[in-house]
Amino acid sequence: MIDFFYQALWTLDATLRVATPLILCAMAGIFSERSGIVDISLEGKLLSGAFVAAAVTALTGSAWVGLFAAMGASVAMSLLHGFACITHRGDQVVSGLAINILASGLTVILGIALFKRGGQTPTLAADERFRPIELWLSETLNGIPVIGPIYKELISGHSLLVYVALACVPLAAFILYRTRFGLRLRAVGEVPIAVDSAGVSVAWLRYRALIIGGLFCGIAGAYLSISHGANFVREMSAGKGYIALAAVIFGNWRPWRAFGACLMFGFLDAITSRMQGVDLPLIGEIPGQLMLALPYILTILLLSGFIGRPSPPSAIGQPYRK
Amino acid sequence: MSVVKPLPRWADLIFLPLINLCVAFFICGIVVWMIGENPFTALAVMIKGAFVYPGGLGYTLYYTTNFIFTGLAVATAFHAGLFNIGGEGQAYVGSLGILAASSMFAPFMPALLLVLLCIVGSALLGALWAMIPAYLQAKRGSHIVITTIMFNFLAFSLMGWLLAGPLIQPNQQSPQSSPLPEGAHMPKAQAVLDWFGVGIADSLLNMSFILALVALAVFWVLIWKTRLGFEIRTVGKNQDAALYAGINVSKIIIITMMVSGGFAGLLAVNEVMGAQHRVVLNYTAGYGFTGIAVALMGRNHPVGIFFASLLFGALFQGGTELDFEFTSITRDMVLLIQGMIILFSGALAYMFSPTLSRILSRGGS
Amino acid sequence: MSDMTQKTSGDSAARYVLELQNISKSFGLVQANKDIDLQIKPGTIHGIIGENGAGKSTLMNILYGLHRADTGQMMIDGAETKVKSSADALSLGIGMVHQHFMLIPRFTVLENVMLGSEGGALLNAGRVATAAKLAELGKSFDMEVDPDALVSDLNVGTRQRVEILKALKSGAKILILDEPTGVLTPQEATQLFEILHRLRESGVTILLITHKLEEIMAITDNVSIMRRGEMVGHRKTNETNPQELAELMVGRKVLLNVEKPTAKPTDVALSVRNLGCMSSGGYKILDDLSFDVRAGEILGIAGVSGNGQTPLMEVLAGMRVPDEGSFDILGKTITPKSVITPRHMRENQIGHIPEDRHKHGLVLSLEAYENMVLGFHNSDITGEKRLMDKQHMLDHCAAKMEQYDIRPRNPKLLASNFSGGNQQKIVVAREMHQNPKLLIVGEPTRGVDVGAIEFIHKELIALRDQGCAIILVSVELDEIMGLSDRILVMNKGQEVATIDGAEASAQKLGLMMAGIADEAAA
Repeated sequence: MIDFFYQALWTLDATLRVATPLILCAMAGIFSERSGIVDISLEGKLLSGAFVAAAVTALTGSAWVGLFAAMGASVAMSLLHGFACITHRGDQVVSGLAINILASGLTVILGIALFKRGGQTPTLAADERFRPIELWLSETLNGIPVIGPIYKELISGHSLLVYVALACVPLAAFILYRTRFGLRLRAVGEVPIAVDSAGVSVAWLRYRALIIGGLFCGIAGAYLSISHGANFVREMSAGKGYIALAAVIFGNWRPWRAFGACLMFGFLDAITSRMQGVDLPLIGEIPGQLMLALPYILTILLLSGFIGRPSPPSAIGQPYRK
Repeated sequence: MSVVKPLPRWADLIFLPLINLCVAFFICGIVVWMIGENPFTALAVMIKGAFVYPGGLGYTLYYTTNFIFTGLAVATAFHAGLFNIGGEGQAYVGSLGILAASSMFAPFMPALLLVLLCIVGSALLGALWAMIPAYLQAKRGSHIVITTIMFNFLAFSLMGWLLAGPLIQPNQQSPQSSPLPEGAHMPKAQAVLDWFGVGIADSLLNMSFILALVALAVFWVLIWKTRLGFEIRTVGKNQDAALYAGINVSKIIIITMMVSGGFAGLLAVNEVMGAQHRVVLNYTAGYGFTGIAVALMGRNHPVGIFFASLLFGALFQGGTELDFEFTSITRDMVLLIQGMIILFSGALAYMFSPTLSRILSRGGS
Repeated sequence: MSDMTQKTSGDSAARYVLELQNISKSFGLVQANKDIDLQIKPGTIHGIIGENGAGKSTLMNILYGLHRADTGQMMIDGAETKVKSSADALSLGIGMVHQHFMLIPRFTVLENVMLGSEGGALLNAGRVATAAKLAELGKSFDMEVDPDALVSDLNVGTRQRVEILKALKSGAKILILDEPTGVLTPQEATQLFEILHRLRESGVTILLITHKLEEIMAITDNVSIMRRGEMVGHRKTNETNPQELAELMVGRKVLLNVEKPTAKPTDVALSVRNLGCMSSGGYKILDDLSFDVRAGEILGIAGVSGNGQTPLMEVLAGMRVPDEGSFDILGKTITPKSVITPRHMRENQIGHIPEDRHKHGLVLSLEAYENMVLGFHNSDITGEKRLMDKQHMLDHCAAKMEQYDIRPRNPKLLASNFSGGNQQKIVVAREMHQNPKLLIVGEPTRGVDVGAIEFIHKELIALRDQGCAIILVSVELDEIMGLSDRILVMNKGQEVATIDGAEASAQKLGLMMAGIADEAAA
């Protein structure tokens, strides 16, 4: 029993670690998609964020500088996306794809040019990374049954960026539903001409949405390479941007629901590694590939109306023309 | 609502795409220069690698073959107004058709027929893999861009599992299938030409290249000469008018995507039957995504697709040469070029259109 | 409210609340507005009337900052101003109720009204204030709306009120309404007019853009008439009459009289029985409709647009499956269970000239010769070979262009490069080429120049005299009365009455279109 309790605790703990970049990217996706811009470039922004964070930290020795540089790099990618699909009304999917491929190429090319390690960045020392933080009283409370271990193992002991990711969800919800900017943002993704005719700039609203998305993706990238990991390796994002996009869809473009989807997808990932080689009664061993494909399968089922009905922003994907 | 005259046809079809291409290369050149290498030297190395060195041209055309297939896949869907991002997965799954056909028919089928059956098998599997997202879009309203992306990941998972499990070569550790029977190999270009008395350097170039040229012709006839093609283009340009004209839009979406997936599936012919002679993990290596760049650059026209494929073939082959000649630039450079081309020939395709139009009309008056 | 009432006492410095001088605007080669002068007195309802395409909407978009004029000045309260964006317009007190509402269906009324003037970075404070303002405005003009209702749940009339409230809330003292009654039922239109009167009383100046004479006569104080981008006259409404306005609008004697020999109807070609259709929202859009059309006659279908004409045509053309009832068409019975497509219909010699040629009738980015076979691409006009015969299609197109005088005579030109009239002729030529036995025609002359109108009308009469049964749907009463042998009037998806074409008058049809059959018959 105790053993199972700790197993469950560690799985949930791992869930949180896996879900962190998903949560940040999903919030980024919500902002851009709610403004009417399809964002398959989450993957590319995440990857460039990860590379720049690791590279800059390796060069400067400061994780904070790395983090801000990563945010800057992701925002730059967002601006490129905006330049193509807001200013020049290009196809948003094509632009997003271009950014993803550019990110794949550039991160490796620059990595080799800077560090000559075949695209990897040097391994960072412990004090150069965002390390787990032991929350107040976690050791003291550990003695208390159930609550103590939950507090110590699950709630405490994460990197700062995990807590940032968790804070981003209520923040995103607050911005979207409680602020003037949020109201306009949601409006511009539904009927952009209504926003224009109310005297508000459609382009600037969408640019801001993309910039916010870039900031979130930058943090997510930094988490991958200078917090969870200790260096950058090529294709480090490994499809997480797309899973985050699936979570956005699964969460029906709403922050809290998308957060739930991220946790679910993270949980699937976490138990997959725990169940490797485990024979379940009756079923036998479930292939890891199936578990990892589940987020996509679920999202496809959702999109096809087999489980619920998604309601994407009405104007998504359409360039705005007067 | 600026008053800009539309570009003349030649400028729109040839000049503008060339400008976009040049800008893409120019920016890549700047990146090379920033890294501290000479972009012109790099270009020279790539050109030599792609066309001059023995076997270089053969490899270039071998890659070209891949891109013709995946480029056609994307272009076919484009004509129906659909964006098929799933070429990668469709090509990957296509190899299952080859495995199935070869294991079923190899024992009693003559080589030529077996090759034909394997070709049909690869196209069929690619088509089926594309049919599911097409069906989901046509009948259930899910958007094909998102579903085809997800179907790529599903293909990776499925193939990863198959190659590591049920289909793995017995007594082997690496995730790959058993070798194909000899009869299911695509003849090598070197062997065929040798038979005619022409000697060329050895490369992976095989008869799939001819199949690709045939596919280009089939594509042209299908889109511009057949009634089905007329319906495909009508659906792509105006779905309401298609409905009014009595065209079954759902059916056209499904058929088009199946044709598209079929073209993508043929990639397996070149890779599996022509080059590797077995199915190895991740053999599609991003060729499906490059198909998007090819279709965008080639303006969804067979001639354009051929030249765009040739360009990418040369880039891929020349790119491998970069690995040998330079320490700081590698074939990853090709990814950058590819990204730039998608950006400038796709998302920013008309950025220079107003400027060009102004220059042309000034020159004219 | 206070800032609005102040303006009523016309202060001498500004006799006009709004004045335009020499406004010109062109799009490419098209001159949409030319040297427009306009003077609007404060606290009046000023009508601007003109046919579709006369340049009314362009002018209003210039006023509202959505377009920039090429030349000319604009004065508000006597002071010269420049309106560069809708934000400028709003701050100058110009509000606009667009033809297509600028509302977000998934937002509540309150959120829609707040948008653009939220009153602070956080929504809470503004929410309370806006709700209060909304209640106040609703009370004073008798147009209360539930602020928490989702706009998607509101009917069209209420949505329009929300638009008006939105403009008033942002302090509009000049309110532009662009074709406001196009989507309204007659009752809703009457209610709108009452609201407009109340607004005028409180000092709001109203600009009413319309192409309907009766609205101008019913509600405006002054009227300006536009034709082909120019202002052709200004009148006081009580000093003019519909006849004069109509002549100014079209620049010729109205009521085009087509030479029309008496119809000689023969067998029943189409027999509709108890036809019913539901909208996706579950409303009845066709309700228990029954009628016959005989070969050799034109049945006109009159009605305010949106009263079931569109679904009726779609059902008859095979584009939509009916939910109830049946119809016999050239000897075949179609029921809700029939599998029927427009292709079957065409193969049975049924032609369909759709209401909206850009949406349905043409593929604008295909060439003329390809559009000339659209829908018939499986027939032998694309050649008899397995592949489509391009030369055959080009020849066919060239012949039709000659026959119908379609200019320019270039089969390889993209459909988008033809003028409205010539585009329509392409559709007409295509749908008539197989000498149909039944022709379904929707708004055949919308956005078509005068010459083409006469041409198309003559073709329709000629086709009728060859023994074709024709169903003509049009919101232009002149067209209906000029061409139809019998007229069926629709309201809310139902038949109000069917009368003989010779007995019809605009007044009678008008009453029927409003759903009042008895009075009209009396």
